Amino acid sequence: MFVHYLTLGLRSLRRNPALTVLMVMSIGLGVAASMTTWSVFRAVSGNPIPDKSAQLFTPQVDNWGPQQNEKGEPPSALSYTDAMALMRAHQATQQTLLYPVQLSVLPGGNRSLPVAVNGYAVYGDFFPMFEVPFQYGSGWSTADDEGHAAVVVLSGEFNQKLFGGADSVGREVTLGGHDYRVVGVTRHWDPKPRFFALFGSGGFEDPADFYVAFTRALDLQIDTTGNNSCRGKLTATGWDDWLRSNCVWVTPWVELDSAVQVARYRQFLDGYAADQQRAGRFAWAPNVRLRNVMQWLDFNHVVPPESRISLMVSLGFFVICLINTIGLLLAKFMRRAAEIGVRRALGASRREIYKQYLMEAATVGVAGGVLGLLLTAAGISGTGLLFRPEIARLAHLDLSLVGLTLVVAILASVAAAFYPAWRAAQVQPAWQLKSN
Amino acid sequence: MTLHPILAALRKHKAGVVLISLQIALTLAIVCNAVFIIGQRVERVNRPTGLDENDLFLVSQQWVGAPSSDDPAGVEKLDVMQKEDLAALRNLPDVASVTPSNSVPLLNSSWTGSVSIKPGQQLGDKSGTRTAYYFTDEQVLATLGLHLVAGRAFTAADVQHQGARDQRDRPVIIVTQALADKLFPQGSAVGKVIYSDGSSSPSTIIGVVARLQIPSTGSWGNDFAWYSTLVPTRLDSSYARYVVRAKPGRRDAAMHAVPAALYAVNPMRVLDDDESVKSFADIRASAYRADVGMAILMGVVCLILLCVTAAGIVGLTSFWVGQRHRQIGVRRALGARKIDILHYFQIENLLIAGVGVVLGVLLAVGLNMWLMTHYEMTRIPLLYVATGVLAMLAIGQAAVFVPARRASNVPPVEATRAA
Repeated sequence: MFVHYLTLGLRSLRRNPALTVLMVMSIGLGVAASMTTWSVFRAVSGNPIPDKSAQLFTPQVDNWGPQQNEKGEPPSALSYTDAMALMRAHQATQQTLLYPVQLSVLPGGNRSLPVAVNGYAVYGDFFPMFEVPFQYGSGWSTADDEGHAAVVVLSGEFNQKLFGGADSVGREVTLGGHDYRVVGVTRHWDPKPRFFALFGSGGFEDPADFYVAFTRALDLQIDTTGNNSCRGKLTATGWDDWLRSNCVWVTPWVELDSAVQVARYRQFLDGYAADQQRAGRFAWAPNVRLRNVMQWLDFNHVVPPESRISLMVSLGFFVICLINTIGLLLAKFMRRAAEIGVRRALGASRREIYKQYLMEAATVGVAGGVLGLLLTAAGISGTGLLFRPEIARLAHLDLSLVGLTLVVAILASVAAAFYPAWRAAQVQPAWQLKSN
Repeated sequence: MTLHPILAALRKHKAGVVLISLQIALTLAIVCNAVFIIGQRVERVNRPTGLDENDLFLVSQQWVGAPSSDDPAGVEKLDVMQKEDLAALRNLPDVASVTPSNSVPLLNSSWTGSVSIKPGQQLGDKSGTRTAYYFTDEQVLATLGLHLVAGRAFTAADVQHQGARDQRDRPVIIVTQALADKLFPQGSAVGKVIYSDGSSSPSTIIGVVARLQIPSTGSWGNDFAWYSTLVPTRLDSSYARYVVRAKPGRRDAAMHAVPAALYAVNPMRVLDDDESVKSFADIRASAYRADVGMAILMGVVCLILLCVTAAGIVGLTSFWVGQRHRQIGVRRALGARKIDILHYFQIENLLIAGVGVVLGVLLAVGLNMWLMTHYEMTRIPLLYVATGVLAMLAIGQAAVFVPARRASNVPPVEATRAA
């Protein structure tokens, strides 16, 4: 019976081509608009490190005070003074400070002019904390951090450029005019959004080429390429003054494995700020935050507002398309009242009629889904129009999106058919036969 | 013609009526807000920066192995390097003028601070405001194409240089008209003294330019989008930006000549192929990409939405016309003219659409209020809603015309045939 209703449905699609085209277009356009915007939204709103996002926290300490901070919130990064104090206190399982750096490198090969590469200055804990996968070697040790070692971890892609993808552990590389020893090469690692370095970045830039030791980078006075935000009268001249200033530019991350540890760390932060107040450095009550990965992404509005608004507009659009489809299905089904009357008179139950018409709607859904799929593919290739290229390229048509598109199209058209099919099943056979 | 028979007939088609009015209501709500968003974005994209943007481009470069800008000798060396670059660029045949600058409008890389008419004031004080600094030299007005409305331009004697992290007094500055009006609402700002970043050393305003946008296009800069301050100081660090004005129509040729000219001065520098030499048109395009994209998306959605709604009305009305063939025939046989039948369907549609737009206005305002609380959105002007209402009613009438005409062509003889 299933197959029979399916063939009936297909045949009926051909009977009113105009109505059919309208319905299929309605479903197809609605699904395509929703799926295109959804593909971008799921890419930008995803959890970049699902198994650890609840254990990784970034502490914030207000070193600007109520007069100069942003609406009561502590700044989104730490000053050097506070960052080093948290690092020395060592209150978490693992912890790192980081800031983005840009260095020049002579890539060798046929290019003799230097190019700029981007990376981060980090502590050794960075690699296990963020689960960075390694191709060769590993990160560096705490002893290397303390020894201000000239060590570097290269990304697989950068290692490919410099060493042709060979195991380069132990070799030297010159970055920004200084030599570093390669201790590890990562596999491709590019969490999106780049939750750990949002100060001065939208979270969707190209992946890092390298990681150098934070302590070494400071020795070499390598500037941050991220934000550097200062308040009040600036008296700093030169590097050391700048380190002592209230300028914030260092991003801290700590790993806290249990609720108890989180509570204890919060207490520690409060205590630290209170100490600073007592010491006269802060003239205000402790104002600290401890946000985990998802809270941090939310706080930084990493999902572009365009993504949210366009998703909502598309969903609204889809709803209208569905209402439209309900109306058209109603028209289509009721036009066949006479035919239904005959079938009912010949013994078909209401249930059978209901089933047949739902099946017919499902065939509309399949057709709409296929059209929707084509339009979604077109839409995704057009996302570059609306989003920055680094975000647009995150949207892609994968198997799950193909499946979702078809399922949504079919479910939506069947749902739209509930009422029209019910009305069709209510047709009184006697009345129809009489008037004929 | 009375409304009574129409209403009575509509009561028989509750589902269809509800569907069409709901569709009209939702369409109105979304289209009104979408068009409003388009209008806002277009307005944002079209606001002039104050620059003469044609023939303008930006060079961003970084020296490799440059001396440190944290010691005085390093700063002097860097300044010499920067001056060599400027001279090389100014010598290019297609270049009209060049100025160093830490940023340009729409670049979203800015140095912001606060200025006040009182010394030693912290940010947040009522006597001051936030501002964005452009550190540049005496050629800035000519290069950027700014209009001086009062006072004088910088001269070579005004120009200082400093390490990027140094703090130096700024004896003379030029501000925008907007900033001048904000600080000195009583009148002319030229010759007046202000204090920057809580400093106690005065800066004298020597000139006022008509308009100059800050580098940031983000919402955090909205409060001071036109409060720019020009400081005649070359910043010395391993990184330098040069704004170049090409001779009219020679921009591409000038851009093409830049890398070779700079490498000839000193090859130890990073000049990326596509990022380092960027036309202002490209800077503008990438700054407003999301806004333009949003406007296009909203436009496309509106267009399709209106088509879908119109098609829905055509479909459902056609169905009704088909259903009522016999009744129409009876009415025609009883003396109704063609025009009466046409009017019947038109009025019926007007009634349904009327219900739809009333509901739609409520939805549109509600959606707008929701967007206002969650996004940077202002209250939708009534004009948008009113236009939307008229447009929806017009579309309803246009969509109903074809099936209604077909209905009016039903011959009276239909009355005698079986349904």
